[in-house]
Amino acid sequence: MSQPARTPFVAALAGAPLPASGIAWLDEARRGNLEAFVAAGLPDTRVEAWKYTALRALAQRGFAAGDAQAASRPIDPALLALPGAGAPALVFVNGVFRQDLSLPDALPAGVSLQPLSGVLERDPEPLRFALARYYREAGDAFARLNAAFAGDGVVLRVEAGVRVAAPLRLVFVGAGAEGDLAWHVRNLVELGEDAELTLVEQHLGAGEQGHLGTQLGDFALHAGAKLHHAVLQQAGTGSSLFRRSHYRLDARAQAHLHALELGGALARHDLCAELVGDGAAFHTHGAFLPNGRQHMDTQLAIHHRAHDTVSSSTWRGVAGGRGRGVFRGAIVVAAGADGSDATLANKNLLLSPQAEIDTKPELEIYADEVKAAHGATVGQLDERALFYLRSRGIPGAQAHALLTAAFARVPFESLSHEALRNHVEQLLLAQLPG
Amino acid sequence: MLTIDNLHARVAGKDILKGLSLEVRPGEVHAIMGPNGAGKSTLGNVLSGREGYEVTEGSVLFEGRNLLELEPEERAAAGVFLAFQYPVEIPGVNNTYFLRAAFNAQRKARGEAELDSMQFLKLVREKLKVMQLSPELLNRAVNEGFSGGEKKRNEIFQMALLEPKLAILDETDSGLDIDALKQVAEGVNALRSPERSFIVVTHYQRLLDYIVPDFVHVLAGGRIVESGDRSLALKLEEHGYAWVAEHGEPAGASA
Repeated sequence: MSQPARTPFVAALAGAPLPASGIAWLDEARRGNLEAFVAAGLPDTRVEAWKYTALRALAQRGFAAGDAQAASRPIDPALLALPGAGAPALVFVNGVFRQDLSLPDALPAGVSLQPLSGVLERDPEPLRFALARYYREAGDAFARLNAAFAGDGVVLRVEAGVRVAAPLRLVFVGAGAEGDLAWHVRNLVELGEDAELTLVEQHLGAGEQGHLGTQLGDFALHAGAKLHHAVLQQAGTGSSLFRRSHYRLDARAQAHLHALELGGALARHDLCAELVGDGAAFHTHGAFLPNGRQHMDTQLAIHHRAHDTVSSSTWRGVAGGRGRGVFRGAIVVAAGADGSDATLANKNLLLSPQAEIDTKPELEIYADEVKAAHGATVGQLDERALFYLRSRGIPGAQAHALLTAAFARVPFESLSHEALRNHVEQLLLAQLPG
Repeated sequence: MLTIDNLHARVAGKDILKGLSLEVRPGEVHAIMGPNGAGKSTLGNVLSGREGYEVTEGSVLFEGRNLLELEPEERAAAGVFLAFQYPVEIPGVNNTYFLRAAFNAQRKARGEAELDSMQFLKLVREKLKVMQLSPELLNRAVNEGFSGGEKKRNEIFQMALLEPKLAILDETDSGLDIDALKQVAEGVNALRSPERSFIVVTHYQRLLDYIVPDFVHVLAGGRIVESGDRSLALKLEEHGYAWVAEHGEPAGASA
């Protein structure tokens, strides 16, 4: 029997030792997911979800499994600062929790926040359902890798009725090492009934590195819970980052996601929301700004499965240089999800002739009495607006930068935390030409 | 101050200006009237440097400099201001931020010190009084959601702030009711000075009841076919532009 030749990517990880947990069900799940990964390898562009993101170049690279020195890599504290948003509650470097960099302010009563590594040592059983999962889809390579190798991450729970005003900040750093390595984090967030939380998730790069990072996140929102989730993705310029987030919303639960994609050589985010309770609402706002040779891919899938569920998605893409942006926004309204209301808009701007953005809105509706609207555009800056600014004395390059920032800013106007909004503004201005 | 000599300009392959000449001295207000399609808006766009307007012949000197060689922002810094017929809405760009960026860019280009946000705000408050513009409009995006009158007043407000040497008002009266028209005219009149010149482009005589010009020119077929004082505007009002076709053309042709 002939097996397809293993790519360097698969070969490097196939024989790597799995983290030893001493938990039988976990070890079994890890082995099973690694076997599935090795058997299938990375998906190619014939797999629909990977049609616009080719992994050929990645497949030719080998990454070491994990970073044995992660606990002692020096990190400049200035990197972790975010004015007005408090100290980072938990910091991970190359996938490993760093107590020395984490400064959780006194957590409010009813909030439990721990690194996954600690929970696995003490009381892993409640996580069994989430961590013993097998990933069986053709495009699941990175989820399989994560399920096999992730030994750390965030376990966060807010008790019913607890409303936390101050934002809670989680930071994931890819730090330069002796060679390129693969790191993984697994996050589990649960909000009890009527609980409320603001979560800030940052991805940062420290030093030169071309690491591979994967992140799997589960967000469970019980009835009436409210999550404000801001993601600032500024991974290192040479790195590859694959994130997958799954949100499950019970009745009347609300999630507001703001996502800014700036970093990484190759950054992919699979974002899936299931609105399973009546009146649940999921609002996403985001921007991706590939530049140079960056490739950024956002895959949004929102499933309306209950009555009167609401979703809205406002996304902007700005591609410069030879940057490439990919956006897929799929909305599925299941049979019986009457009264659902779904809108999705993705507008894109190309700043150079070599830049490219592929956008694909998809609507599947199996219910009656549904309001749904979606649209996607790709264009250039408004010449009339450019001339208007220049006619007032603003030089051409500055006028370009001003209009581009204004375009990219739109999704973040609904970001209610002022310090965060200002920070996003600064990041946008710094990223854009001019 | 401004010398336009035998200006020919073309838009999208079509000749619009066909030998326009005009001399504007400091402090003068020139009204340019004409029927639709005469080239009135083209003149403002050519003078302010809009792309897509190709000058095929003639010259424009502004304070001795060749205006046509300058970028739009350089013309602005040199003191040329165009009040747009259709001010552009720019979502996401705060009006105050835009004004300060423009103001400081011009000062920087002239080698003058830029104003910080406190100094600028003080200046804005002074100028707002002149235009009777609601301060609330400053916190909105540029022209976004402004009424027609607010947009035009915002143009004049910008002019008051930027203090150009030459202001070109492109059909600033279009779409305004009589109260808004009076407000706009008051704003313009407050800015008249012995050093500042205006070119007021309009289709109707009505605006000139409130902004009284020193000279009135009739633009037809891409050229100035008749020039006179304020009474020319009244004559036009009385007889209509058909009268120009009958009486004006030969006079222009022989000039």
